[in-house]
Amino acid sequence: MDGIGQGPKVVFEIGPIRITETVVTGWIIIVAVLFVCLWLTRGLKKIPDKKRQIIAEMFVKFVNGLVKENMGAKLIYYAPYIATLLVFALLGALVSLLGLRSMTADINVTGTWALMTFALITFHKIKANGFGGYLKSFGKPVAFILPLNIVSEIATPASMAFRLFGNVAGGMVITSLLYGALASLSSAIGLSFTAGSWGFSVFQVGIPAVLSVYFDLFSGCIQAYIFSMLTMVNVGTAAEEE
Amino acid sequence: MMEKAIVLGCSAVGAGLAMIAGIGPGIGEGYAVGKTIESIARQPEAKGDCTRTMFIGVAMAESTGIYAFVVALILMFANPFIGKL
Repeated sequence: MDGIGQGPKVVFEIGPIRITETVVTGWIIIVAVLFVCLWLTRGLKKIPDKKRQIIAEMFVKFVNGLVKENMGAKLIYYAPYIATLLVFALLGALVSLLGLRSMTADINVTGTWALMTFALITFHKIKANGFGGYLKSFGKPVAFILPLNIVSEIATPASMAFRLFGNVAGGMVITSLLYGALASLSSAIGLSFTAGSWGFSVFQVGIPAVLSVYFDLFSGCIQAYIFSMLTMVNVGTAAEEE
Repeated sequence: MMEKAIVLGCSAVGAGLAMIAGIGPGIGEGYAVGKTIESIARQPEAKGDCTRTMFIGVAMAESTGIYAFVVALILMFANPFIGKL
């Protein structure tokens, strides 16, 4: 039961900087993705004769199509960024299947990504309208709507960060609550055995897997997809403004 | 001690009350999914587009529920009122 509401554990400290579980998980994912990419793209041929090249091509084509559809052909250079975001968010959520703490169950991670999106949105708005036009766009359509526009500008990254964080953290909390409930249920009936520090509860076998499929697999995939989708849509509309 | 008990109890009640907000996204997402199924039944070849748009809409509708959930989490695990005693 303990550790439900706690943030990520601190693994080690370098001076004043605390390296948490989240950061270490991120490093593991980065290294894993690097090696998978190196493996997938080794020995590319014009006419693919290996399965791994077909897989790599499928993924690149999928992301390219997604970016072209949602941001337009002009912003196709965002495809690598979107692919990175998609893979990182997906693996960051799915890493909980290996027993690690989900990377996206940390508001710092999702907040950082949302801030990156916010920076891109602002950059494209300024690029499309000029700095004066960007400032002026806050007073449109009427001047007194300015505070509302500022709030909606800030609400975009905030809602993106909280959506991803809330979904993954919520799944984590509910799953651990269920584990605790099943443990006390089994010990109430007398079906829980302990040997030293190692405990075993009969009801904990199998039942949480059903929830885990929804919260870890389905929710993780969908939310990663939605986060990158919202990034694309928001940046795309920011770049389009007249 | 008494004050702390009151604050903790009220925070737990507040966390529970905050989750009433789950009703809204539930109804909204139900409508969205129902309409999507209707349109897919009418036009099965647009299934991919409909499903993709639905997921985005559902995720948007879910954000109010997520906000409520974050408030409940803060009340339960990172209670700001305890420090004010």
